[in-house]
Amino acid sequence: MAQHKINYTQNGGLPVALTSMDKVVNWGRSNSLWAMTYGLACCGIEMMAAGASRYDFDRFGTIFRASPRQSDVMIVAGTLTKKHSEFIKRLYDQMTEPRWVISMGSCANTGGMFNTYATVQGVDRIIPVDLYLPGCAPRPETLQYGVMLLQKKIRANKASRAQKPKRLM
Amino acid sequence: MRAYKAKGDVQAKPYYTDRYWVAPQVAKFDVESDEVFAKDLEVIKSKFDVLEAFIQVEQMTVFIKPEDNYRVLELLKNELEYTQLSEMSAIDFLETRDGFEVFYQMLSMNKRKRVRIKMFIKNGVAVNSVEKLFRSADWSEREMFDMFGIEANDHPFMKRILMPYDWQGYPLLKSYPLQGDEFASWYEVDKIFGKEAREEIGPEIRDTATIDRYDSERFARLGHEVPKGTKITGNEPKVTQSYQEDGGVFLIKKLDRDNSKVIDDPQR
Ligand code: SF4
Repeated sequence: MAQHKINYTQNGGLPVALTSMDKVVNWGRSNSLWAMTYGLACCGIEMMAAGASRYDFDRFGTIFRASPRQSDVMIVAGTLTKKHSEFIKRLYDQMTEPRWVISMGSCANTGGMFNTYATVQGVDRIIPVDLYLPGCAPRPETLQYGVMLLQKKIRANKASRAQKPKRLM
Repeated sequence: MRAYKAKGDVQAKPYYTDRYWVAPQVAKFDVESDEVFAKDLEVIKSKFDVLEAFIQVEQMTVFIKPEDNYRVLELLKNELEYTQLSEMSAIDFLETRDGFEVFYQMLSMNKRKRVRIKMFIKNGVAVNSVEKLFRSADWSEREMFDMFGIEANDHPFMKRILMPYDWQGYPLLKSYPLQGDEFASWYEVDKIFGKEAREEIGPEIRDTATIDRYDSERFARLGHEVPKGTKITGNEPKVTQSYQEDGGVFLIKKLDRDNSKVIDDPQR
């Protein structure tokens, strides 16, 4: 994981006074989290399993989209190589606000077992991450739990004003 | 790049002194012991210089001069029925002999035999491309260039294949550190954010085994999570995992275990 501080949304998770308007907006946001299809390695298989009928992401309103412009959450599932690092940044920039990132698996969290010259040691060196899922690979249940925690996080935020854009730098 | 250091027998050193240590060798046999190979070698020898030839693990290895490589492979392909180039690459001998061994692994489906053509090239010398003979050599030669920096003359597209085009250094050289040199470790930061960002993003943390349980910025103790940045005393209360707020959520029904039906017969 990166050493630098990430500028997360202010007061994320703290009890803030939410108006009914916030609640309605957050209800909409948190229950239609469209995820960007971003399987980079073996973790991608678990992500696909989570989307398929047995674990069924659709129940949570999470549908995989093939375009960053239509998605709210980027599930980085797998090993990020240095060659690919500029593209993940580009795709992240193409997503519309508000946007969230789940880093799935050891590889995306820290580089994992790929302690080599060609692997980025944690995606948070490139993009700000909201949720880290441990495991190699995390089971689909873990990913579902992660998405539920993300929904909880979204519900805790004020929605009436535009969310402060997250920036790594 | 790091200075070249001899590490040929790093693991053997604690047990043997150099004086007694002999590198293990796979047994070599005379080419005469196999008649198919003996005939093939005769044909090669009649046209080209053969520096050395032997049979190892039921395969014939032939050392040739580097300038002959295209014509030797042509001969093998067109006359001796070795119609496939199953693999080719190089081996780093910079430390001992200041050069590379380039090998071509040939397969004949008709004869059911494999032949390995080898040649030694000095550091910095280019080889002749065999891409015109074997399409498979196209990517193999690019990989050889990518990993060792050996160029192939007359190759149609002599660029890196695995590493990015703007990469510096050749990763399969024995002098290349596994965790990357200076360029490699800052590659993504320099490329995306620029060199100024190095200080802010910080160096890569390569020791993934270090865990500081008092660091609540980057770690969370499972079951005892605290908000990010809290000072940890060591007596954090146990946190029960929950996926929904206690009071329930607006417009969403909370799961009630008592009201839900648990299916305990998997064969239902
Ligand atoms: S964390 Fe494990 S399962 Fe996931 S991409 Fe890395 S190696 Fe594969």
